[in-house]
Amino acid sequence: MSEPPYPPPNPEGPAPAGPLGSLGPVSPGDGGAARLASREAESLERPPGKPAEPAPPAPEKARSLWSDAWHDLRRNPVFLLSALVIAFLLLIAVWPGLVAGGNPLQCDLAKSQEGSQPGHPFGFDAQGCDVFTRTIHGARASITVGVCATAGAALLGSVLGGLAGYYGGWWDGLLSRLADVFFGIPIILGGLVFLSVVTGGSVWPVVGFIVLLGWPQISRIARGAVVAAKQHDYVHAARALGAGDRRLLLRHIAPNAVAPVIVVATIALGTYIALEATLSFIGVGLKPPTVSWGIDISNASNQIRNAPHMLLWPAGFLSVTVLAFIMLGDAVRDALDPKLR
Amino acid sequence: MSDALLEVRDLHVEFRTRDGVAKAVNGVSCSVDAGETLAVLGESGSGKSVTAQAVMGILDSPPGRVTGGQVLFRGQDLLTMGAEHRRRLRGDRLAMIFQDALSALNPVLTVGAQLAEMYEVHQGMTRRDARARAITLMDRVRIPAAKDRVGDYPHQFSGGMRQRIMIAMALALEPDLIIADEPTTALDVTVQAQVMDLLAELRREYDMGLVLITHDLGVVADVADRIAVMYAGRVVENAPVRDLYAAPAHPYTQGLLESVPRLDRKGKELHAIKGLPPSLVNIPPGCPFHPRCPRARDVCRTDRPPLFPVAPGRSSACHFWKETLDASRS
Repeated sequence: MSEPPYPPPNPEGPAPAGPLGSLGPVSPGDGGAARLASREAESLERPPGKPAEPAPPAPEKARSLWSDAWHDLRRNPVFLLSALVIAFLLLIAVWPGLVAGGNPLQCDLAKSQEGSQPGHPFGFDAQGCDVFTRTIHGARASITVGVCATAGAALLGSVLGGLAGYYGGWWDGLLSRLADVFFGIPIILGGLVFLSVVTGGSVWPVVGFIVLLGWPQISRIARGAVVAAKQHDYVHAARALGAGDRRLLLRHIAPNAVAPVIVVATIALGTYIALEATLSFIGVGLKPPTVSWGIDISNASNQIRNAPHMLLWPAGFLSVTVLAFIMLGDAVRDALDPKLR
Repeated sequence: MSDALLEVRDLHVEFRTRDGVAKAVNGVSCSVDAGETLAVLGESGSGKSVTAQAVMGILDSPPGRVTGGQVLFRGQDLLTMGAEHRRRLRGDRLAMIFQDALSALNPVLTVGAQLAEMYEVHQGMTRRDARARAITLMDRVRIPAAKDRVGDYPHQFSGGMRQRIMIAMALALEPDLIIADEPTTALDVTVQAQVMDLLAELRREYDMGLVLITHDLGVVADVADRIAVMYAGRVVENAPVRDLYAAPAHPYTQGLLESVPRLDRKGKELHAIKGLPPSLVNIPPGCPFHPRCPRARDVCRTDRPPLFPVAPGRSSACHFWKETLDASRS
């Protein structure tokens, strides 16, 4: 069978000028025009309706999934808005004094349930404490619980679930049954039992309890996503070309399995902040003198007819916080999917 | 042949399924010399891909299991070798090209990153150097404007370009042997020819062994040196490509060749092999092809034919190979 020394003209793009195996660029003196022409030729093959991407600036530094995602996120208004809100919340969580100078524990019963006044924009609660100061200072406890519990549950859940999904076998079975056991514990009852033996009422036992009950949810999602991702051809291909288990898991499977985990984790974050409020309400979560939105919301809920402002401010902050994290999660998930680019 | 690059001896692979044990590969033996192209030909389900996966060590197990045989690569048995040693051979000394490049390339990594990974994994190269090599590699498989496109994602390339990238990944470390599992099946006809030409050319340039798994007889005739025809998990005929096309020595091969549309038989009815390939859970006793074979006799229903030597470098697993050969010569 004789073959021509050079291939037939290539409809997918101009054939390179250099001989086979030339190491340099496509051709010497390959100017911008030639490059544009070849881009054009390539773009002709795209399915109709799919616009060719604008010529990106010469990508000199290595692009990675994360740097591309960051590039996209910086231009996404949803991301910018939610990041701004979260930045503000983190700021008041760390330095509440910057925004609200007063002491949240200094209350004047004479002002009980009074409305908005100059210097006290949100009014006063039943104990005569300044609602503005308490709301700002309450961010620390609520956000600590929300962020730490979510981070803990997501980390534990995705590591255990990911390993279970990847290796399968007895380890998978053991872990899935263990997750089932934790799923079976009723949250309120578990909270009463677990947290009543821990004294102090600080945030850490609450975080620990939520992580303990929260990881099975994440691990199930992560396991499912890893099981689905590992069956793809590109995982077989990477294995066939010599990638080891660690590289397969971290580089090929994890980025393809992370999206559902992010979505569930951001939704869980809102649930966890609300759970902290619930636990505080039944008296086993955070306890005064700790200031938290959950405590304030539960205190205010009896007085909603007389003084709605007592409930609306902390509840409003809670809602905005949860919304901001969910929007952030959504934006990050979209940015991590190159097909949406 | 003791100096073969890859020699598969009596390989058996089973899959445990709900319906029973599916015997996907039942004693495949074949060999590839350095610089030789072996085409493995067969219908869907004849065990071609499973053999390739078993050789590469990427069989899904469970449910798949190698139950016997040897896979000798340069005299070393891959099946008894340590997992880490074997992993280092994969990609470096023997590589694989997959059928559908869109699903075989990771959608969240740029093609440059995936090409560079070959150098990072096997040679510990820095990311910057590996990237420069990736661009060279893309040039070599003739991707236009490689420098601009190294940061693009797989879905931004056309089918033919993606398959070139798969080829580039397999070629990256200049392996001794490439197994290409139906490399052109997912492409349209014009692009198929280009990709095959490129593959054949690069094979010659690097002097690699190539195992080409396909069911396309046209592709085989152009590129292969030797052909192994598989049926129901066995090699039924093994012959140099010209001899096999000139005169098949197995009724199944004969049937395959007759079922190719040919210009010189225009207007006549196209021949088809009657019946279906056997279920791998329940392979017929004797010669697995006998229920569909026009030459089947009593001995075919009871005795399984071994590979009879027909000529030097040629063998056929048919009790009546001589008769078949004479018939196809006339």
